[in-house]
Amino acid sequence: MIEIRNVSHRINGTPILHDVTCDIPRSGITALIGPNGAGKSTLLNLVARLLPLEQGAIVVDGEDVSRTPSRDLALRLAIVAQQVGIASRLRVQDLVGFGRWPHHRGRPGPQDAAAVAEAISDFGLEDLRHRFLDELSGGQQQRAFVAMGFAQGTDWLLLDEPLNNLDMFHARALMARVHAQTRPSLDRPRSVVMVVHEINYAAGWADHIVALKDGQVSASGSPKDILTPATLSALFGMEIRVEQVEGRPLIMHHL
Amino acid sequence: MRPSYFLTIVTLTVLALVSVLIGAAPFDLRDIASDPEALRLLLVSRLPRTFAALLTGAAMAVAGVIMQLLVRNRFVEPGTTGTTEAAMLGLLLVTLAAPAMPIVGKMLVAALTALLGMGGFLVLIKRLPPEQPLLVPLVGLIYSGIIGAGTTFVAYQADLMQYLGVWMSGEFSGILAGRYELLWLAGAMAVVAYVAADQFTIVGLGRSTSVGLGLNYGQVMALGLVTVSMVTALVVVTVGMVPFVGLVVPNIVARIMGDNLRASLPVVAGMGAGMVLASDILGRVVRYPYEIPAGTIFGAVGAAIFLWLLLGKPANGARNA
Ligand SMILES: Nc1ncnc2c1ncn2[C@@H]1O[C@H](COP(=O)(O)OP(=O)(O)OP(=O)(O)O)[C@@H](O)[C@H]1O
Ligand SMILES: [Mg+2]
Repeated sequence: MIEIRNVSHRINGTPILHDVTCDIPRSGITALIGPNGAGKSTLLNLVARLLPLEQGAIVVDGEDVSRTPSRDLALRLAIVAQQVGIASRLRVQDLVGFGRWPHHRGRPGPQDAAAVAEAISDFGLEDLRHRFLDELSGGQQQRAFVAMGFAQGTDWLLLDEPLNNLDMFHARALMARVHAQTRPSLDRPRSVVMVVHEINYAAGWADHIVALKDGQVSASGSPKDILTPATLSALFGMEIRVEQVEGRPLIMHHL
Repeated sequence: MRPSYFLTIVTLTVLALVSVLIGAAPFDLRDIASDPEALRLLLVSRLPRTFAALLTGAAMAVAGVIMQLLVRNRFVEPGTTGTTEAAMLGLLLVTLAAPAMPIVGKMLVAALTALLGMGGFLVLIKRLPPEQPLLVPLVGLIYSGIIGAGTTFVAYQADLMQYLGVWMSGEFSGILAGRYELLWLAGAMAVVAYVAADQFTIVGLGRSTSVGLGLNYGQVMALGLVTVSMVTALVVVTVGMVPFVGLVVPNIVARIMGDNLRASLPVVAGMGAGMVLASDILGRVVRYPYEIPAGTIFGAVGAAIFLWLLLGKPANGARNA
């Protein structure tokens, strides 16, 4: 479980998060939703210690994030942040391989090679494995970074808008992959927290939803409870219809 | 062995042999067993000069590639970021303040000012928009120009302009045994960089990815900055700056091999060594028996290659090397 307690955060003096408190359950998919600028990335980056925690506490499976050595945390929690301007010219296979760095620190062994091969095939990167990152399309780059996060083999995986740039085939494949690896019935189920803007992916696959608005948690609970016309309309500030299709909410936000 | 490593080693061996054989005084390798004068020439002049050129080229190329990964920009090197100029300024000031200080002490002062100069550059470029990578070298050139102008002013006032000329143009004709050995330290720094090759490559992926992988980002950054400033100071103090090596060599290698330093760093070092030695050899033969400084030769060739790199469209699609 990730326990977020009274977390407030300012950037350059501007308050971004106000007293955020919520729990993210172990195993399963938690979708973080909310309008642009709500503070979703900020919260995710605080959990992953990419930003220093200023106020409050964040505890991952009993370990306080601000007190756990960064090296150790890298073995329990991986983050694929929102990518901006990739400058590196690495081959896809090498990039995914760096996901194993926390485990081998420069001397990869057979388990590392196996984890990399698995991540590469999981995300359909076989044909791209020898290509340079800076010569790939946006969606292909995105898949390579997500594969790197998976290869890190951590219990917790935080994904900031992983569906960015993905076509519908690869978006669904990614969600199916994440879903399969987070089932509580597995020996070692993963827990995935992801920021999603395409709300129907949350409706279709998430086990738990946390809604952020203006730096505060405005709602959290099961998809059934959160994905209602009233909650969504208030969250995004527009009229939103919700239909039921095959027992799941289908959010009619695009019409 | 990788073909690229094999090619590097063969080229370097041939160049080193040529370098040993060419010079103003007549010299034949077959004489070194019988003629003590020939052996002395080899040990005192020809070999030191060859080693100096090789070490300078390798260390400068390595410093360039490290800097490019730390800054995450392909168009930076010590000479375009104020680092070299700051090293010269430090060297000038310490020459004025403590002319009797041993060369190692002067070099350390120069390394410290180089570090400060680079720090100033990093602060400066923080505010630049990341989507315009060419702004970084432009700002760097202006920044270098300002420090360089200040240095020139001080040198002019103190009547030390001739020193500045020596530091600014890399030249190997004056290299003798006993006058270049500090450069081995620059070579050692390049080896240390190879040990941390993975860390530098990860830092090149950005801060988020580095921290996410549990890397001590600040520590790797510090190691890189100290390496670059030490190498710069060592080269300026011993042979003088060879411009563009840190820029041209890593760019050529990255085009072919990519940015994975674990694989490419030996080739970067080798190509830097080879190109600087080749420039020195060329400088010796073009107007024989007069010499043109290697820095001048490399500056001309390097500027042309740099323009080609800037303007040439990167090839797309799969490439294997
Ligand atoms: N470096 C920064 N400097 C100043 N303000 C920032 C910075 N980073 C984020 N902010 C502000 O913090 C707020 C929250 O940003 P955050 O990136 O967490 O939003 P988000 O919910 O992830 O939005 P999106 O859906 O657009 O990704 C925004 O108002 C943003 O403008
Ligand atoms: Mg965001």
